[in-house]
Amino acid sequence: MNFTSIDSLQSAMRERNYIAERGLATSLFLALKLNRPLFLEGEAGVGKTEVAKVIASLLDTELIRLQCYEGLDVHHAVYEWNYTRQMMHIRLLEARGEKANEAELFGPEFLLRRPLLQAIEQSKTKPPVLLIDELDRSDEEFEAFLLEVLSDFQITIPEIGTIKTSNPPVVVITSNRTREVHDALKRRCLYYWIDYPSFDKELEIVQTRLPGAPAKLARQITGFIQELREMDLYKLPGVAETLDWTTALVALDQKALDPVIVDETLGAVLKYQDDVEKVQGEQARAILERVKAGVD
Amino acid sequence: MNGQFLHNLLLFGRVLRRLGLDVNPGRMMDLVSALDYIQIGNKSDFYHAARTLLVHERDDLALFDEAFELFWRKPAESWGVGWQGLARPRKPKRPIVTHPPLKEAAPQSDDSSSTSAETMTVIEITRTYSSNEVLRHKNFAEMSVEESEAVKQMMSHLLWKVSERRTRRKRPGKGHLIDLRRTLRRSLRAEGEIFSWSYREPKLKPRPLVVIADISGSMERYTRLLLHFIYGMKAALTQPVEAFVFSTRLTRITRPLQIRDLDLALKNVGILVNDWAGGTRIGESLKTFNFEWGRRVLGRGAVALIISDGWDRGDVELLTREMARLKRNCHRLIWLNPLLGAADYEPLTRGIQAALPHIDNFLPVHNLASLEDLAERLSDLDRRSNGVAPGAKKTSHERGKAILP
Repeated sequence: MNFTSIDSLQSAMRERNYIAERGLATSLFLALKLNRPLFLEGEAGVGKTEVAKVIASLLDTELIRLQCYEGLDVHHAVYEWNYTRQMMHIRLLEARGEKANEAELFGPEFLLRRPLLQAIEQSKTKPPVLLIDELDRSDEEFEAFLLEVLSDFQITIPEIGTIKTSNPPVVVITSNRTREVHDALKRRCLYYWIDYPSFDKELEIVQTRLPGAPAKLARQITGFIQELREMDLYKLPGVAETLDWTTALVALDQKALDPVIVDETLGAVLKYQDDVEKVQGEQARAILERVKAGVD
Repeated sequence: MNGQFLHNLLLFGRVLRRLGLDVNPGRMMDLVSALDYIQIGNKSDFYHAARTLLVHERDDLALFDEAFELFWRKPAESWGVGWQGLARPRKPKRPIVTHPPLKEAAPQSDDSSSTSAETMTVIEITRTYSSNEVLRHKNFAEMSVEESEAVKQMMSHLLWKVSERRTRRKRPGKGHLIDLRRTLRRSLRAEGEIFSWSYREPKLKPRPLVVIADISGSMERYTRLLLHFIYGMKAALTQPVEAFVFSTRLTRITRPLQIRDLDLALKNVGILVNDWAGGTRIGESLKTFNFEWGRRVLGRGAVALIISDGWDRGDVELLTREMARLKRNCHRLIWLNPLLGAADYEPLTRGIQAALPHIDNFLPVHNLASLEDLAERLSDLDRRSNGVAPGAKKTSHERGKAILP
């Protein structure tokens, strides 16, 4: 699918149940046009990873995901040899009285392709969407390596040669900011900070993603969450929590919020005991009062 | 695109650069090529395009928004007038409010070159073993200008090293994990026969350090030298060192301390912080730290240093809660207290009482000798506790309760 304008991209995303702000749609549109990676930052649960999924579905291409963690190395990000198979092969040849040929042992059939290699290989036919998730969890060594890959989209495997593509994949990088990602890498990307959505936008997200939720409940939940985000909490609830909570309350067959059910299900929204204690009871009731006065 | 617009665009880039944003020619060219794909007439699209290409730091977004609004309100007419008012702490035009206690108000001529020459002579004189020994044990608060200059010199020679932790990255070595890659490679030399296994071990890396220093009124006599000490530590260590100061509110001073020129760095810190020698609100400052920075700087087994005398006028309950939270989020929590140097000092203030149960080490920081002790302890953290050395036992003396010297 080829997008001619930001509008068309924005509405196509909406059709796939992703409500994107104009700014995000612009960043994504330009990332596609300029062939640059898109760097998404934001608090947990605001839909960063979801962007990559939606764009893969829009472009009707595969999504290749690389989950980052500390110590992520070339063998898990790019390629690895299948040692056990290689050893078996040696033994089998031995049994037949033959000797192992090194060129054969390190051929494509013994190569395990990890996400980055997959993405570059597939780009030759149809560029996939490459999601590099939670880059802040990896370490500086990997970041430096990634910078190299992103600048020329080629990978050298000593035993095989250089694999490259002139038609790079669509790259989406996400970060939760648990560590500052190096400027050099960010400079290569288009940057977008995904903020918490406004009331109207969040309500729209709830209604789009969970059409079965009663309208009144959806409005109250959204209002409640918006109020929580104004509070002095250690971990503010993201959109993911709004959706979780709605799902939970729909499953409990609630038509509206009441103080008892709020206290009982607050764990779906707040993930730190300090925060739960702070809100539970009196605070929750006060918020509920305000929300009911405001949205009903 | 007409020439006038391009001209304004480049000018806008310059304005942003002056405000401290990381805008380089490459980015500007990206923006120019992006304009082929959007309608320039649509201001909102142009705004979003410029924003996504020219900013790559969340903290810069608000500054960009303001600059954009001012600059493009009446392009071609009023540019170059309004934006001067936007100057931010990062590159401030003039110092704000109070003067930091970084420079002595001592006898100093206006000519800085002659001052440094004098200082140099002083150092020459004090460079004898015995006077150095005296100086090493002299309380920072009781030092004359000359002595503190000499101590600053000696401070810059301190060797800082923070002990290492095992990372999850592996490297070839003598660990317990089999390195199949190397094993197979080596076996091929023997026609596929495996005679010996190769192993991998965790790579070690020095722990990140986070320093949170009290610069309130009661700490004033120590502040100047302690900032030198923080600067020296940051300059000497290769791993991330984050620095914060507080009296009534918390300020991050990591960026200004990165400058290579010490005097300029400390001057910039002075400009950035505007509550020098104010009251103390440790609890609130730690809360700000925990909520806004903890998750971003305390990962990867960081060691946290709090420097304060514990004179707190804030909420004790809050302090207890935030100390506990901080303790949970770092590998080691060390509290440095200049008052601990006094022989008759007892940690009786409410603040210290609240904090003590959550501290791993409670150490003095009143003279050079105490800094040397700190340096040694920092390099030794993991041998003493649960770090690198396998089988090392935790003693109740080392963990769980604070250690008094």
